[in-house]
Amino acid sequence: MEKFTTHTGIGVPLRQSNVDTDQIIPAVYLKRITRTGFEDALFSAWRKDPSFILNQEPFNAGSVLVAGPDFGTGSSREHAVWALKDYGFRAVLSSRFADIFRGNSGKQGLLAAQVAQDDIELIWKTLENAPGTEVTVDLASKTVTCGNVVAPFEIDDYTRWRLLEGLDDIGLTLQHEEDITAYEATRPSFKPLTLPARTS
Amino acid sequence: MAKTLAEKVWDAHVVRKGDGEGANAQPDLLYIDLHLVHEVTSPQAFEGLRLAGRKLRRPDLTIATEDHNTPTLDIDKPIADLTSRTQIQTLRNNCEEFGVRLHPLGDAEQGIVHVVGPQLGLTQPGMTVVCGDSHTSTHGAFGALAMGIGTSEVEHVMATQTLSLKPFKTMAINVEGTLRPGVTAKDIILAVIAKIGTGGGQGYVLEYRGSAIRALSMDARMTICNMSIEAGARAGMVAPDETTYAYMNGRPHAPQGAEWDAAVEYWNTLRTDDDAVFDAQVDLDANTLEPFVTWGTNPGQGVSLSAKVPSPEDFGDENAKAAAERALQYMGLEAGTPMKDIRVDTVFLGSCTNSRIEDLRAAADIIRGREKDPKVRMLVVPGSARVRLEAEAEGLDKVFKDFGAEWRFAGCSMCLGMNPDQLEPGERCASTSNRNFEGRQGKGGRTHLVSPVVAAATAVRGTLSSPSDLDPAPESAALTTDAA
Repeated sequence: MEKFTTHTGIGVPLRQSNVDTDQIIPAVYLKRITRTGFEDALFSAWRKDPSFILNQEPFNAGSVLVAGPDFGTGSSREHAVWALKDYGFRAVLSSRFADIFRGNSGKQGLLAAQVAQDDIELIWKTLENAPGTEVTVDLASKTVTCGNVVAPFEIDDYTRWRLLEGLDDIGLTLQHEEDITAYEATRPSFKPLTLPARTS
Repeated sequence: MAKTLAEKVWDAHVVRKGDGEGANAQPDLLYIDLHLVHEVTSPQAFEGLRLAGRKLRRPDLTIATEDHNTPTLDIDKPIADLTSRTQIQTLRNNCEEFGVRLHPLGDAEQGIVHVVGPQLGLTQPGMTVVCGDSHTSTHGAFGALAMGIGTSEVEHVMATQTLSLKPFKTMAINVEGTLRPGVTAKDIILAVIAKIGTGGGQGYVLEYRGSAIRALSMDARMTICNMSIEAGARAGMVAPDETTYAYMNGRPHAPQGAEWDAAVEYWNTLRTDDDAVFDAQVDLDANTLEPFVTWGTNPGQGVSLSAKVPSPEDFGDENAKAAAERALQYMGLEAGTPMKDIRVDTVFLGSCTNSRIEDLRAAADIIRGREKDPKVRMLVVPGSARVRLEAEAEGLDKVFKDFGAEWRFAGCSMCLGMNPDQLEPGERCASTSNRNFEGRQGKGGRTHLVSPVVAAATAVRGTLSSPSDLDPAPESAALTTDAA
């Protein structure tokens, strides 16, 4: 995974709560078997509306999404994270993220920064009053800066460390393979195996 | 130390405790007992294994089926949509290459992954169960810790049979009392979500408790746990009891003989200790609960079926107000309209929430001997091929067909509209599924989440209805019921 330290880019104010992953990427795009090439799928239903924020300059060139509470709810589809990244987003700010979305972001190097709603409101105002204003997200100091607004953000220490170091999760876990093997030896025999297959 | 059910299951699966304490603690490495796989969230994970030259660690704890993207008509013919066909074929190739057991379309054990696991007896109390699907919470009905994961985590489980997770907080959902006739598990969970909101369960494992939960069947408990994710919780659980054991006993992968006895002895320990403390608690009165229905575009936007469409002004919070305004516009609804005046075009009976045999029986009991509103299209999609066979053995398919409903093959179908089963723009649907998001069931489609019996009554009247709104069925219906 690519390291994430700090990022500066145009902020996109998305004044909406409960942006679920079906909105971020509708199910019809999930038929693909690739991990890239989802930029056209991002918010595809909303992008049909000319007044949607990503259809306006300079927001269409944005890379920091500033959204309302409960971002990424619903389906576990990691395609939502892939689509945001493929479009060019490097960070999403919200006062509350759905658990699975936040987890998926951390695995893919998209920074999900939890910012207090009051600060989100201030950033929204800044971005709306001066479209094109850049937002800086600094992972080392856990601060976000937009114009005169400087706000702290929350992210769990483990994800922060992995992002800063660009570490691969599976590689980290496999360092403990002996522990896994030892655990497996203790599993009770009444626990089911899928093989050999039994059917009714 | 006294523990909750969730903590007991968690602790029994810790391979390696994360370093550090409290807020600074590293995640624990948890062992995963069962990994369920389907065609949509797995291809990139298999590809990741291949690229890294890694093996799938435990094929014998992994099982795959095809559900999200499969057609529910003409399943003996090649899938018409090429991209869909490629995705299904990719799963078949991957399962072959990595030695994963697969129940493909047409197989008697194929179906929605969350229906298949329990019916095979692979879902058992005290297990950790994961799947690249948020509705994996369904399996919590057995007292398992079951959660949805993203594709990167799918790959992680394939490679290591573990997940790195930070401990959750625990929330008790106490539902005491007795449900009135026509009120179901679906109404309980819709009411819970309306009460705590779509983010209310975030960071928690929910444990459903109380006399109303204990009185529910396994199919009904699965309906409740299934929608835990709609309240933001990654998992929901019900402590196992005699109802659980009766359901499990004799299933293909249930333990047998002495193994069964050893298992039951362990399962009996899987309940929250009396002096254990939950981080949060929510109470719901089952006695006063009415059939519940959503009016908006997230599952928390629900009211009693006898209520009216709310006004944005009813919400104090600015974000909730704006969300309500937007939802009403999308749904084409006016504040103050009685919910029961809302006309629907389509009724969908299916999804991992409500497509099990009891759901089909309950709906069939309502429509038997009655006539469908001629303007309404009704789709009945059993949760699995096995459920479909069981329903046909009981003659339920005939009840649905006589009524004028379409009797389909098993799969996720119109719940997420990935296959051809979709709403047209502007079409309105009473759906037994779990998400009423914008465009979820088809671009521009409008979804009202309901229980199977409300879905059935709505198909009769054409407007959102509860069974108690129906005129008595003609006499011949009673005869049919007796005969069945």
